[in-house]
Amino acid sequence: MSGRIYSKPVAFILMSVLVIAVGTLVTMVIPMLTPQMHPRLEALRVYSPLEMAGKDVYQREGCNNCHTQTVRPLRTEVMRYGEYSKAGEFAFDRPHLWGSKRTGPDLARVGLKYPDMWHYMHFEDPQSIEPQSNMPSYAFLTGNPLDQTSVEGRMKAQGLAYSEAEIAELEGKTEMDALVAYMLYLGHAVPPVVESAEAGEVTMEELGDHEALEHAGEETFEHQCSACHGKTGEGVIGPSLRDKVWLGVEGDIDDKVIFAIITNGTQPGLEYAGRPAKGGMPPFGNALTQKQIWELIAYIRMIQK
Amino acid sequence: MDDYRYDNQTVNGFILSAIFWGVIGIVAGLWISVQMWLPSWNVAPYFTFGRLRVFHTNVLAVGLGIGAIFGITYYIVMRLTRVPLFLPKLARFHLYLFNVAMVLVALSLLAGMNQSVEYAELEWPLDVGVVILWVIFAIVVFGTIIKRKEDQMYISLWYVIASIVAVAILYIVNNLAVPADLFKSYQVFAGVNSANVAWWYGHNVVGFLLTTPILAMFYYFLPKSTGIPIYSHRLSIISFWSVVFAYLWTGAHHLVYTPVPDWIQTLAIIFTIFLIAPSWGSVVNGYYTVGSDWSAMRTNYLTKFFLWGITFYGLQTIQGPSQGLRTVSQLIHYTDWVPGHVHMGTMGWVTMTVCASIYYVVPKIYKTEIYSIKVANTHFWLVLIGQLMFSITMWITGIQQGAMWKAVNPDGTLKYTFMETLVPNYPYWQMRTVSGLIFTVGMLFFIYNVLMTMHQGKQRMAGAGV
Repeated sequence: MSGRIYSKPVAFILMSVLVIAVGTLVTMVIPMLTPQMHPRLEALRVYSPLEMAGKDVYQREGCNNCHTQTVRPLRTEVMRYGEYSKAGEFAFDRPHLWGSKRTGPDLARVGLKYPDMWHYMHFEDPQSIEPQSNMPSYAFLTGNPLDQTSVEGRMKAQGLAYSEAEIAELEGKTEMDALVAYMLYLGHAVPPVVESAEAGEVTMEELGDHEALEHAGEETFEHQCSACHGKTGEGVIGPSLRDKVWLGVEGDIDDKVIFAIITNGTQPGLEYAGRPAKGGMPPFGNALTQKQIWELIAYIRMIQK
Repeated sequence: MDDYRYDNQTVNGFILSAIFWGVIGIVAGLWISVQMWLPSWNVAPYFTFGRLRVFHTNVLAVGLGIGAIFGITYYIVMRLTRVPLFLPKLARFHLYLFNVAMVLVALSLLAGMNQSVEYAELEWPLDVGVVILWVIFAIVVFGTIIKRKEDQMYISLWYVIASIVAVAILYIVNNLAVPADLFKSYQVFAGVNSANVAWWYGHNVVGFLLTTPILAMFYYFLPKSTGIPIYSHRLSIISFWSVVFAYLWTGAHHLVYTPVPDWIQTLAIIFTIFLIAPSWGSVVNGYYTVGSDWSAMRTNYLTKFFLWGITFYGLQTIQGPSQGLRTVSQLIHYTDWVPGHVHMGTMGWVTMTVCASIYYVVPKIYKTEIYSIKVANTHFWLVLIGQLMFSITMWITGIQQGAMWKAVNPDGTLKYTFMETLVPNYPYWQMRTVSGLIFTVGMLFFIYNVLMTMHQGKQRMAGAGV
């Protein structure tokens, strides 16, 4: 690399372009020409205009500065967030929104986790659900109506299919509705992995002192459950736990079934004691020990009395 | 007229612009650092964290960083070619256009016009503006180099040329988008492919804006201020070509454990490790240069800025490749470790080298001495302490965060909820605000020193009846 090139600027510029081009070609341009960079899962649904408008709000507000949208194939990550991200889940994201920082949790599977009410309350006032959260309030989105013409133009610019009816449905919808719809869309293309619903080796009887169980259960309930089921299980976003209505059907169920519901959540497709789940509750099997779940059941049984 | 011979007014204008945008960007940085632990400091809709963070990164990288690079590169290029700028009026127009663009950059980001590609947030009309600015820069610099009176191009010019070429390619490709209206566009790349393009861009734009143009300054101003020639010409040749070659392979180390094909990630990791060698080529060259006469550390106050700057470059280019390794990435990726890493580069390497270059240039332009070496030394120690506190605090909390995310109970369930892993960050985030304040005070000393030097120069010129 010695010689005349250092006194020949044009040759030097060309040489620089060449040297830069090699890595660019191998790692970026050539892969782009192969199908491996353009995968699409069959289950991946095109954004509806409302969901797409929500994605635009997500981008405008820079949500990706604090939230990632890619679950790494690491054991604890899958336990915390759900199944790891597949290449074919992002075919309609221009650009990708994977992010690079998790000040808040990953959102790749958030759609399977909470019902819409949870999101409305959380965007309105995050601290009402998580008192120590540092997330800003996005209450102002409620005051911003969607503009049908603009949303339609944006669908067209991305070449996304939509119907006139879907555009008409935007009437009266706000940016808040759109953002919540986008949240519920996230993660739909990959079915959740269901943990074994076996109550396992531990049983409530083996755990001994019932009063201690109830007491411990109350504490776990306050941290993990009260945001949705109310401070004492009276029901807010999620249903009341004080009655004997389970999954919308009157009539009590066995402790073991409650154990299974807490472990796996109520994702659509699951069925407990002949009652189909309709969604809304995330699985807690990875976040709670079997003992903690039994404690919760002891507490729930107590408040039902 | 001397003013025309070496177009100092344009250089000076860029330096003042860089300082102005630097203040705005640093204030935004302090603001978002408070928002991290005090959410009530979010003022919706314009001043929430999500909008202010991109405002902070863009105003500092483009306003302070590129502003200083434009000005100081013009200064260096004129001296190394021994001719005035090619088309000096175009260069002056460049200065005005730069500031107009910066106003629009700042306003549009606060308004939420954001492409959501990291370090390429600007919407398409501003992308067009950036390309025009870059083309003007290329015309002036290449034109000046072509009509030069000095046959051999010095090291700094190589880095300048490579930076201009690389950034042009990166910026244009990554920003290819379909506009939906004046304020919104969608990238032509989607999903996995978009991520691969975005980090090919994201990594290299940092490389060719915050590394190579700064190395151009380092290679010019270190020998200038110490009076010692660069230790090894051959080493700088090897460093240069291998840095420019290897950089472009490494973008996917930002995508470790994502759905981007494994082979691209692995290739990126390998080249990232390789990059340690040429990066350290420049570090070693810097050390050996001053090593031939260490008294320069004492006799010239600028030496320590350059040597500490290149030291942080060295640490940065060791830490960066380590972070690329899968085992390390597992733990620290997505945590606050990463801002700690980035700020060692920006607050340590870039700002120190740029400030020292400005300290060198301003007295030359105003034909005077630096206003106060004492103030410059105070500036040095404050930014050094502020930056170290910032980075070390973030490394600690980043490791803690990563470890808590991975922690499991004896029965295999997760030990902490997400909230339980967030709350322990608060004291560290508060600490970061404090270190940011210390750094800011240091920068105020710098600005005061520069402005007083200019004032002193003007007075002397007036006194001399010029």
